[in-house]
Amino acid sequence: MNHIAPGRNAGVYSYDDIDRRFVAERVEQFRAQVERRLSGELTEDEFKPLRLMNGLYLQLHAYMLRVAVPYGVLTSRQLRKLAEIGRKYDKGYGHFTTRQNLQFNWIKLEDTPAILHELAEVDMHALQTSGNCVRNVTTDQFVGAARDEVVDGRVYAEILRQWTTLHPEFTFLPRKFKIAIMGSDADRAAIRVHDVGVFAKRNERGEVGFTFYVGGGLGRSPFIGKLIRDWVPEEDFVAYLEAILRVYNQYGRRDNIYKARIKILVHELGQEKFTREVEEEFARLRGPKYRLAPEIVDEIRRRFGGPAFETLTDEPESFQAAKAANPDFARWVAVNVLAHKVPGYAAATISLKPAGGIPGDATSEQMELVADLADAHSFGELRVSHVQNLVLAHVRQDALFTLWTALEANGLGTPNAGLIGDIIACPGLDYCALANARSIPLAQAISARFADPARQQAIGELGIKISGCINACGHHHVGAIGILGVDKKGEEFYQITVGGDPTLTTAIGDILGPAVTADETVDAIEAIVEVYLSNRHDGERFIDTLKRVGHGPFKERVYAAH
Amino acid sequence: MPLIKDGRIVEDEWVAVADGEPVPADRPAIVTFERWQAERASFDGRNAALGVRVKSGTLAPAIAPDLDRFALVAIEFPKFRDGRGFSTARELRERYGYEGEIRAVGHVIPDQYRFLLRTGFTSAEAPENTNPESWAHALTEITVAFQPSLDDPQPLSLLRRRLGS
Amino acid sequence: MALNDQSSNEAVLKAITANRLRDGEVIFLAPGPDLRWVERLDDAALFEDAATDAALAAAKAQAEGEQFAVDVYAFDLRVADGQRVPVKTRERIRALGPTVRIDLGKQAAA
Ligand code: HEM
Ligand code: SF4
Repeated sequence: MNHIAPGRNAGVYSYDDIDRRFVAERVEQFRAQVERRLSGELTEDEFKPLRLMNGLYLQLHAYMLRVAVPYGVLTSRQLRKLAEIGRKYDKGYGHFTTRQNLQFNWIKLEDTPAILHELAEVDMHALQTSGNCVRNVTTDQFVGAARDEVVDGRVYAEILRQWTTLHPEFTFLPRKFKIAIMGSDADRAAIRVHDVGVFAKRNERGEVGFTFYVGGGLGRSPFIGKLIRDWVPEEDFVAYLEAILRVYNQYGRRDNIYKARIKILVHELGQEKFTREVEEEFARLRGPKYRLAPEIVDEIRRRFGGPAFETLTDEPESFQAAKAANPDFARWVAVNVLAHKVPGYAAATISLKPAGGIPGDATSEQMELVADLADAHSFGELRVSHVQNLVLAHVRQDALFTLWTALEANGLGTPNAGLIGDIIACPGLDYCALANARSIPLAQAISARFADPARQQAIGELGIKISGCINACGHHHVGAIGILGVDKKGEEFYQITVGGDPTLTTAIGDILGPAVTADETVDAIEAIVEVYLSNRHDGERFIDTLKRVGHGPFKERVYAAH
Repeated sequence: MPLIKDGRIVEDEWVAVADGEPVPADRPAIVTFERWQAERASFDGRNAALGVRVKSGTLAPAIAPDLDRFALVAIEFPKFRDGRGFSTARELRERYGYEGEIRAVGHVIPDQYRFLLRTGFTSAEAPENTNPESWAHALTEITVAFQPSLDDPQPLSLLRRRLGS
Repeated sequence: MALNDQSSNEAVLKAITANRLRDGEVIFLAPGPDLRWVERLDDAALFEDAATDAALAAAKAQAEGEQFAVDVYAFDLRVADGQRVPVKTRERIRALGPTVRIDLGKQAAA
């Protein structure tokens, strides 16, 4: 077996024989399930939840396979395998999602066992990327690198991955269950719009504990997660989640799919009653059986290894010189590069949002290139961000120019992380069987309209998020500008919301006015930006200007022509 | 309907009695929980074993006070996707210490068999024409588990481990 | 059935579609008594509204009974200048492929 040397692909949980055996058995289990389906032993109704638990959907044109990238972290070797699968079983590309996974759009059911088998060769799987179970746990794309990090969220995300894998009690929940975890005070994982959002922190004694928000979610009825406990000690982490899931599994609604998420249970019971139920269950569950002993945490942490950072200093001369000599590089650094907790290093965002491109799509060739760059510059490790970009988290500052040059030459150097061109868009009607309207063409039109990097930078932080229907896979509710596709008598229309915020100050956007056509939407975005620029105070972000001046001026301008 | 125990189809010694039908006094019988509640006095002095059938919405605390009267609890799965029964069984075992038979009835599929055993079920009613091999196979196809459970009493040592057997 | 003004002179017909179980391919029910399926809308059988229900029931029974296809349903289309155009964008995209990747799907093979 190809052993991953610690320190080489640093920061990725390394499997041992038991982990591998499990994934291999699960592949064979699915192979048998597919055979039983094709032979008629399983009905479609029975097979569907089973295939969903292996990430296999039926979409408009074919099956779609969602491959798990646990908490968004993967090795270059794994990315190369994804590239290869894209070429061999799909049409040469994949789509990175807001839940840090990768989707293939043109998969054949009969090929799926072989694909899963190939994924297993690199310790990957598609387990629980769909279905009414606990889904892939997401975290900060800068985990292990960010300067503001207090606790390494990967360790706890991996603990959750293991604990929720084929959980005997919680695999047939009322509805899907999404958990996100952050290990710093900043929120880069949209904690409060998850079924369970967790902040890992430290107390004065340096011990790890967790703050729990429950019942957030977007979709038809958006809710912001409620604080149900400020401090759960590390050893009770699993027991506390077990209690939450027990309450949800027993009391969550099963009569109406639109009311089945935990957010509705929390809402209907009320925060206080829900919390009481969880606390009672927790009091019973607490004990040796579910105690998360420090040895377990240490062992899991050990399996991640850690990059062997060198002792360097910030802003080396060659880096400064490159920035001074090359304004395009300097812009990319200013926009796409984040300070690292280790001096002399930086975390670089690789934008998958070229102007006019399809947000989150990457070709097999691009994946291979990024894998090579990860080997050369980031310990063979990379991340998928929840805004559908890739991240090389540990790049030496004196290597950034080389990195950027390679990215730029391959259309991956777009300097727009967090800017107006960094649009989140769901697959929409081009691929999705549930869609009302297309999302991608609109994202393309908007990013093309704002293609000029200088203009984007001048506008500053402004997230546009587009969903093709009310399921809100594109997170439109929490976009500074959100766009929702609606169907009006067979025509595609778009409803614009403003003021959404996915970070700590979570807010659901407000509808600006009546839905408009795709062309009108692009003009409306332009109008909104103009109103913002003409009203903003120095250094004020879009959402702050909006808060200060209210919707009035924006609404007036957008609907002036109507 | 075929009854599955230990991965095989076995003879069912229990008779399920519909509401309104007479309950045989001389052989193990399962009545609905509703009937039990309405006619509980009529079972006083019964010698043959009594079982109770609960709907998926009837949770463990509701039946807990009477558990010592039942040699069997049959938990209904109206659809196999309705997973409340897994919690009910586990609570019966872990919270209330129930040691009788727990049977899954209604709609369950072989792919859930391992989950059923791990949450404390002892038997399952399979659909007519079920493939017995699929049930047998379900016992051995996955040999790793990530949680402690009722068929594997050791506490959470490392998160994942090999299952006994 | 409500028709848009500009097209009210063209009759709305129906075709029957599904996804093939083994690979997910979009397929359409072909004309003829033997319940065959084809991959191109141009080769599909077209039905008057009144005849659709019976054909759909038969197609469903066959497709599901033989584990051949899933999600069998009928959709509306118009025929203009010999071109078959589904009424809904969704069905147009299903019959052709993604509008953002015209190099892919059925439209690419044309
Ligand atoms: C193309 C196939 C897809 C289908 C059929 C699908 C279906 C759905 C549905 C039905 C929901 C609403 C669930 C509920 O509220 O109970 C949902 C939510 C969601 N989806 Fe998707 N989705 C798809 C693709 C994606 C993609 C590509 C992404 C990421 C880019 C994504 C991310 C999400 C997220 C983050 C939510 C959560 C919103 C919430 O909290 O309610 N989905 N999806
Ligand atoms: S938001 Fe709607 S259209 Fe977009 S991917 Fe989700 S389900 Fe499909």
